[in-house]
Amino acid sequence: MPDGAAPVLDVKGLKTVFQTRSGKIHAVNDVSFDLRPGELLGVVGESGSGKSVTMMSLIGLLPSPPADVCAGQVLFGGRDLLKTDADALRGIRGKRIGFVFQDPMTSLNPVFNVGFQICEPLRKHMGLSKAAARNRAVELLELVGIPDARRRLDDYPHQFSGGMRQRVMIAIALACDPEVLIADEPTTALDVTIQAQILELVKDLREKLGMAIIWITHDLGVIAGIADRVIVMYAGQVVEQAPVQELFSNPQHPYTRSLLKTIPSVSGDRAPRLQVIEGQPPIQMKAPDACPFLPRCAHGFDRCAAENPARLAVGQGHDVACFWDPATGGPRHV
Amino acid sequence: MSTPRKLVEVRDLKMHFPIRGGLLRRIVGAVKAVDGVTFDILEGETLGLVGESGCGKSTCGRALLRLYEVSGGSILIEGADIAEASPEELRRMRPKMQMVFQDPQASLNPRMTVARIIGEPLLEHTSLSKAEREERVYELMDQVGLNRAFANRYPDAFSGGQRQRIGIARALALNPRFIVCDEPIAALDVSIQAQVVNLLEDLQDKLGLTYLFISHDLSMVRHIADRVAVMYLGKIVELAPREPLYSAPLHPYTQALLSAVPDPDPAIAARRQRTILTGDVPSPANPPKGCNFCTRCPQVMDICRSVDPEFREVAPGRFAACHLLDDTVSASGHGPGRGAQDQKTNQQGSMT
Repeated sequence: MPDGAAPVLDVKGLKTVFQTRSGKIHAVNDVSFDLRPGELLGVVGESGSGKSVTMMSLIGLLPSPPADVCAGQVLFGGRDLLKTDADALRGIRGKRIGFVFQDPMTSLNPVFNVGFQICEPLRKHMGLSKAAARNRAVELLELVGIPDARRRLDDYPHQFSGGMRQRVMIAIALACDPEVLIADEPTTALDVTIQAQILELVKDLREKLGMAIIWITHDLGVIAGIADRVIVMYAGQVVEQAPVQELFSNPQHPYTRSLLKTIPSVSGDRAPRLQVIEGQPPIQMKAPDACPFLPRCAHGFDRCAAENPARLAVGQGHDVACFWDPATGGPRHV
Repeated sequence: MSTPRKLVEVRDLKMHFPIRGGLLRRIVGAVKAVDGVTFDILEGETLGLVGESGCGKSTCGRALLRLYEVSGGSILIEGADIAEASPEELRRMRPKMQMVFQDPQASLNPRMTVARIIGEPLLEHTSLSKAEREERVYELMDQVGLNRAFANRYPDAFSGGQRQRIGIARALALNPRFIVCDEPIAALDVSIQAQVVNLLEDLQDKLGLTYLFISHDLSMVRHIADRVAVMYLGKIVELAPREPLYSAPLHPYTQALLSAVPDPDPAIAARRQRTILTGDVPSPANPPKGCNFCTRCPQVMDICRSVDPEFREVAPGRFAACHLLDDTVSASGHGPGRGAQDQKTNQQGSMT
């Protein structure tokens, strides 16, 4: 995709805190990224790294309180979504930005048949008649590869298998031809052979529909297979961003580097022992004033404790938030 | 080194759960969760048991320790049949075999301190004094890398990885020979999984443990297992040493399963030929006639829809259940003509 193209979605300096009884949790800390037309942006990180909260913050899906999206800008279609009122936002969600969540069982309503659930956005957002919406729903189910689509419209979610439910979710998300699709761990609850089916489907749909996709996952294998560009999140921050080939062949951040080494693969060399990242991800009870990865980092030095590194360009479309330089094994000279 | 001893011998193990229906709650059918599996686990090895959800791998692991009353078959652990053992005999056998569960949150009592959780098996099965028990609990905590100072805390004060360490310490308390690890890392974050797997490997080296490692994560099983069994819909479709299984899988299901695993390398991912299976796994309450995999198999033949393939040794140490392999084995054993003929007679025999 052309580098110069104006982004569909531009997120700048996003911050989200949760007010809890034991204090403020800084879940998203100054996150910036953009999404370009037609690309698939992978977002990786462990649980608690803030990847889901980031996405929910930018389209106003977090209940407030306890959540407070306290800073930043989310530019989409010429306006700032954070300054958009709830009504207008409702007109964008589901219409221009579609969503697929991790667990298709809990995100579908068990008491309505899937036909109703697919038609709902079509009638609300597109103003289609009942019959027209139903026809479009059949088209959508066929698009996502559900056999015998017309008859299955009257089935309830529990009559579908996990993989088929996820296809229904994708059909709902695609209903209004969104410009952006946000998929939050859409295949994590599925078996590998079903996951492979969904990944093929998404690749196929991208070619057909050409929308931009944000794909959240903790599975680097999935990312390697489908993403164009990747951002790596840790403790509510983007620690590295790179084109997918570059990230896997030339990772810069110590977290990305060790993450890539900790995962075994089904092909390639088999290491006699897995590399370990000692310790565990932090819970941010205060705004970060040092590198959040420092306690688990093998390369940290005094500067990492004194300030939180800003993201620094290290290559074409590649930036990293780290003071350490893997090329020299010493501090990065800025 | 001499040939390793068989520690566990499972023969034609069946675990059927009744389906009740109607007014009188009569048995109207059965979920054949495990339907005739046969395998050995050698002393000191790790046998990986892989498959998709619902294939019966966890049920198999639990039945092995007789956490269920099995429906059929035998399970010999060090020569003693656990499937037939009386409750008293079973109780005496328990210390030898232990289990590590998937969900460290659900398998630890939230109202018991770590020391009590780890010490409970000791209280139940040994006559150690209080001081001795305490000493052993500390020793176990050291062994699994838990800080002794936390002995009096409750499970909710620990992270997922640490809780799994508590579960492992409890399993180790009675010096078992054999541990069934049921998806021990599935609930953990990627960076924590490696910590737990390395711990399990260290303990195996140190204590000479034998593991049945149940997992849906094929790449992790490739890392930890010596031999791997692949289950599909209640049956083992293929069992082989690790390297040949991953480099040259024989069964079409194993091939499809391996090709579905995403590779964490974009270059390999782009190059790879994928076999995408269509459809879903059939219900174990109503498995298809013939081979269980015939509804999704990309290479299905007529015979597969009528005759259930036998699970047998198709090459030294390699077992599989597939009609596609009928030819190849006969070819290497008796010459090609004979093999084709055999298959034909089989087919005819079953048709009539």
